[in-house]
Amino acid sequence: MDRPTRARKGDHAVTDEQRPENGRVVLVTGGSRGIGLACARRFQALGDRVAVTYRTAPPDELRGKEPDTFDLLPVPCDVTVPEQVEQAVAAVEAALGPVEVLVANAGITRDTLLLRMGEEAWHEVIDTDLTGVYRVVRRTLGPMVRAHRGRIVLISSVVAFLGSAGQVNYAAAKAGLVGLARSLAREVGSRGITVNVVAPGVVETDMIAALPDQRVEQLRSMVALGRSATPEEVAGAVAFLASDDATYITGAVLAVDGGLGMGL
Amino acid sequence: MGDEATFDKFRNCAVEVLQVPADKVVPDARFGDDLDADSLDLVELVMALEETFDVTVDESELEGIETIGQAYELISAKL
Repeated sequence: MDRPTRARKGDHAVTDEQRPENGRVVLVTGGSRGIGLACARRFQALGDRVAVTYRTAPPDELRGKEPDTFDLLPVPCDVTVPEQVEQAVAAVEAALGPVEVLVANAGITRDTLLLRMGEEAWHEVIDTDLTGVYRVVRRTLGPMVRAHRGRIVLISSVVAFLGSAGQVNYAAAKAGLVGLARSLAREVGSRGITVNVVAPGVVETDMIAALPDQRVEQLRSMVALGRSATPEEVAGAVAFLASDDATYITGAVLAVDGGLGMGL
Repeated sequence: MGDEATFDKFRNCAVEVLQVPADKVVPDARFGDDLDADSLDLVELVMALEETFDVTVDESELEGIETIGQAYELISAKL
């Protein structure tokens, strides 16, 4: 891979002239459904070139009008496998160029009360939701550092701050993302790269659909706006953090939870 | 110390990664004061040197490395 031209020191602002006409290269992990897919669609609508990772098969939502075509670039990637992360990012770089906006969204849940939570359920969630983010960020960061620009948005969760019975593993991983983001924000701030966290609340996704109805109702009853969010409402916040309106925001945690956490 | 060709390769790395003129990459040049390189620049340089010379540099070996000459000795000793 060719190294991108390195910008001058202090040359941090990304102006329209510097931006390639055909948009930024955006990578969304876990982008084949839910919040990830909504983010991918939002960036696509903004004119960006968007790649999404998926684990099993590229879902029908990504199919283009012609047979065997896709309107987003789907790349297979299990973020728990370092070699797959390497291959996936290399494939994106080859097809679209170095990643300029990374949305680390891929995540899983393995819910059960701690007393019954075996090592496997703990490690599986930590390995995907926290270490998986480390892997993807580490692989995409080098070109951003050399280019002196880049946006990283990590998708956390309101339960990182609220706590959630039965989700000790998930909440720990999602809280870990905040420490990761804030430390990295300090490491790469001098290169004009921002690292932020979005903490969604109750969002209409497969992940929420898998929760017991009672738990969802309980969460929803605590939401000031009295309803769950659509994935698109989360995507709006992600797009904002990656936009020119957010050049001075880094290390921030943006709650998109309808008033569920309220400053926690 | 390695030969002149090795130093040239080393210098090219430093020029590319640190974006400094080649004539500033001299043994006495200090990374911080003379080459305006911060810790992230040095990590980048080490990674570039590892790739170019196919060597591995341990984090602990970087302690006390403050000049181009010291860094060059560290790398050339591994060749």
